[in-house]
Amino acid sequence: MSMLRVSVWRGTEEGNYVDYDVPRQTSQTILDVVTYIQRKLEPTLAYRYACRVGMCGSCAMTVNGVARWTCRTHVSAVAGEGGRLQIAPLANLPVIRDLATDMREFFNKWTRAKGYFKGSRTRHDDFAAVIPTSTQARALQAGIECIGCGVCYASCDVVGWRADYLGPAALNRAWTLLNDVRDDSNSERVRAVSGDAGCHSCHTHISCTERCPKHIAPTASIAGLKRATVNATLKGRV
Amino acid sequence: MTLHARRETRLWLAQRVSAAVLAICVIVHLITIIYATRGGLSAEEILARTRGSTGWLAFYVLFVLAVAVHVPIGLRTIAIEWLGWTGLTRDWLLAAFGVVLIVMGFSAAAAVFL
Repeated sequence: MSMLRVSVWRGTEEGNYVDYDVPRQTSQTILDVVTYIQRKLEPTLAYRYACRVGMCGSCAMTVNGVARWTCRTHVSAVAGEGGRLQIAPLANLPVIRDLATDMREFFNKWTRAKGYFKGSRTRHDDFAAVIPTSTQARALQAGIECIGCGVCYASCDVVGWRADYLGPAALNRAWTLLNDVRDDSNSERVRAVSGDAGCHSCHTHISCTERCPKHIAPTASIAGLKRATVNATLKGRV
Repeated sequence: MTLHARRETRLWLAQRVSAAVLAICVIVHLITIIYATRGGLSAEEILARTRGSTGWLAFYVLFVLAVAVHVPIGLRTIAIEWLGWTGLTRDWLLAAFGVVLIVMGFSAAAAVFL
């Protein structure tokens, strides 16, 4: 049976890589590898997952230097010829232990970017008319499938440089809500994403868009926010 | 927060507009340099063309102004990202640097115009 040599990060912010040998299987995912290590070799290994099918956004890790969702990443796609893997926690987030990161700041930034729905209609009002082919509905649809896995955030150079930058996921969420005709807190949202750690801090390196496992383009969302904030400023609405 | 948002958005817009101006100015400037040197023009011949030329003066005044807007805003971002330096002292120093760029640029433009 062929084996994989897997280096796994053990520790918190301080720590080191420990090597494990894992049997190679067909259609094996990175999450399968980590689970094998935890169940058979190292019961104290900390990692996080839930759905195993690319829906929950819990299992993202750094695999051979690149942030990925591990449940939908096949070993064959990343291990290379020698069958070596290096698995680390996501970058740009505090490490709780081993492969589990503290996602609180990541989600706090969604709140800071007003990345939550706020409508004013009640059950007594009529439905909002959303034309599916409208520019707004298309922009919303383009970014709505985010599962909050943190891959874009871990891949973002600007987040690495300045810890207060809201980051691609929160800004993408703000952009989808800005295009939601049912939401009525857009002036607050435009202000929230225009601060000195908001959308204007993006350098358009496009790592978020390249790495997003859901093929969302946060870069395009951030560009949309830049246009929206400039329009609002020129019209005196900010 | 509102003031913050407005200031950051305006700075970003100024950065982009000045970049667009610079993109054109730098190309014109480079083509002029290459044309002048490869064409074998002497310093006297170049000065003969620029002296009293309001067109060239206007071009270089615009160029200098675009630089004076673009550079301090760019340095401000570098100050935040590389040094974690924020605050009013930084902004005033960078504004002063912008003034220095204007003075140096205008004196250079005046030297070939007058």
